[in-house]
Amino acid sequence: MSAAASILKSPAFLALAIGLAVAGCAKKNNLPDNSGQLGLNGATPGSQQDFTVNVGDRVFFETDSSILTPQARATLTKQAQWLVRYPNYPVTVEGHADERGTREYNLALGARRAAATRDFLASQGVPGSRIRTISFGKERPVAVCNDISCWSQNRRAVTVLAAPQG
Amino acid sequence: MNRFFLRLSALCVAFLAAVNIAHARIEFDITKGNVEPLPMAIMDFKGDPVAAQVVQVIRDNLRNSGLFNLIDKAAFLQNDLDFNTPPKYEDWRSINAQALVNGQVTKLPDGKLRAEFRLWDIFGASQLAGERYDIQPEFWRRSAHIISDKIYEALTGEKGYFDTRVVFVDETGPKDKRVKRLAIMDQDGANVRTLTRGSDLVLTPRFSPTRQEITYMSFEGGQPRVYLLQIETGQREVVGNFPGMTFSPRFSPDGQKVIMSLQQGGNANIYTMDLRSRNTTRLTNSSAIDTAPSYSPDGSQVVFESDRGGRQQLYVMPASGGEPRRISFGNGRYSTPVWSPRGDLIAFTKQAGGQFLIGVMNADGSGERILTEGFHNEGPTWAPNGRVLMFFRETRGAGGGPKLYSIDLTGKNERQIPTPAFASDPAWSPLLD
Repeated sequence: MSAAASILKSPAFLALAIGLAVAGCAKKNNLPDNSGQLGLNGATPGSQQDFTVNVGDRVFFETDSSILTPQARATLTKQAQWLVRYPNYPVTVEGHADERGTREYNLALGARRAAATRDFLASQGVPGSRIRTISFGKERPVAVCNDISCWSQNRRAVTVLAAPQG
Repeated sequence: MNRFFLRLSALCVAFLAAVNIAHARIEFDITKGNVEPLPMAIMDFKGDPVAAQVVQVIRDNLRNSGLFNLIDKAAFLQNDLDFNTPPKYEDWRSINAQALVNGQVTKLPDGKLRAEFRLWDIFGASQLAGERYDIQPEFWRRSAHIISDKIYEALTGEKGYFDTRVVFVDETGPKDKRVKRLAIMDQDGANVRTLTRGSDLVLTPRFSPTRQEITYMSFEGGQPRVYLLQIETGQREVVGNFPGMTFSPRFSPDGQKVIMSLQQGGNANIYTMDLRSRNTTRLTNSSAIDTAPSYSPDGSQVVFESDRGGRQQLYVMPASGGEPRRISFGNGRYSTPVWSPRGDLIAFTKQAGGQFLIGVMNADGSGERILTEGFHNEGPTWAPNGRVLMFFRETRGAGGGPKLYSIDLTGKNERQIPTPAFASDPAWSPLLD
């Protein structure tokens, strides 16, 4: 493979190219005002992609726990800062459980994780009225292997942004 | 047209007079721990071509119950028996058949089918049961289930469970994008029909004890709530107007209430809604997950799971609410309790040592017995006679999924129930009538 071809296929180049493409058409899509800037990892600042890639849209939990780990709190602190800066996105926090529990309990456990996440975001200045919660229990795994590594990815709360309002 | 009630009116029952009278000799007590299957013979039914299918369903039902050992036809000494004549008892005694069934299915001038059978006590030399059913031809399978129940009851002294249905969740598609539909089938896996289209996630269907109605949970409109569904009309309605997710519904024994959990923040509490007055009543008030409520058959108590003590355990409280009493004390986590229709036992899921087990305990928590264990067994439901349980068993990994199994109360006779795809959350109907 030639050097030029490998550069063209490198993730950094692709991210740059996507970033330029997004930035180029951002105004037409009525994204937030600063969307003309070239953001990190190719994401337009203030975009949903920016939130997912640069802030992190999910936090993870220990088995049968809804206690926020130090890492989860760090992620949620960044989420809250971002959400305060971009106040036009309605937010849904989805709570999930791994498959190693019974169905009804896992629905409640997912709700407990979503509530803990919402409460933390609210404590960091995001209005609670802006945050909806929903639990999917063990019904929507993202990782499907039969392994502790997969189960730990499924014990999560995901902050999902809706289309911006106002 | 209401298909269910059409079925009922299509059945016309007549009792066939005994050809001779004697005292029954069969001694068969299935309430004892370890039952040897009763050797019996079922002759081919005569008459209409559908007779072969009717007798096949009867044989499958009785064999699958695990209580009967069907003697191979090749061993029969008497191969022809007039329906109105007693059998040659000595021929059946010599192959140690304790009981004999013969029958016939004939086409009537009005297009109906007449299915009739006789059950003989070979060593007592007497007729134990004999009945006749006039049915619409499309309901031949149901006549076979009813005959199976009559034979079961005459031989065991307990009600059968063959003329019943099971509602469950049909699961298709990859594990991370599962499509779930409510489905209903006969207890043996026949006549599967889906009840929802699969556009919304649906979970935990439960039968009404009194009507052709199901309560279940649906994520319709992105709002997870408890619903009622009329099986025959497809009519649906939300149960109550609660400020949060409602889940884990079940009917009261009189069919007049739905008991369920309401999620509020990180806590789930148990509520009932009266289906006539629409009044809601809160039964628990804890900062815990209280869920999976199930009434005792007399309606006086409720068993449920709660993590109020740190992890999932079973509790019993009065049906009007009040202080719950913990009943599970073994090692592990206990969940999804279901009170037996006979009132004496509570079935549950237990998690211990990384395994998911199905077990039963006495209603006071004593006498725990594990019926089956493995990677993942969950969600028991009782046959209406309280002798058999159904549950789902999930296999591992990306290609894994749940299937339905039945098991005898003794822990014997574990069998997979055939379903079109993956299947979970079974709930057994009451006996149809």
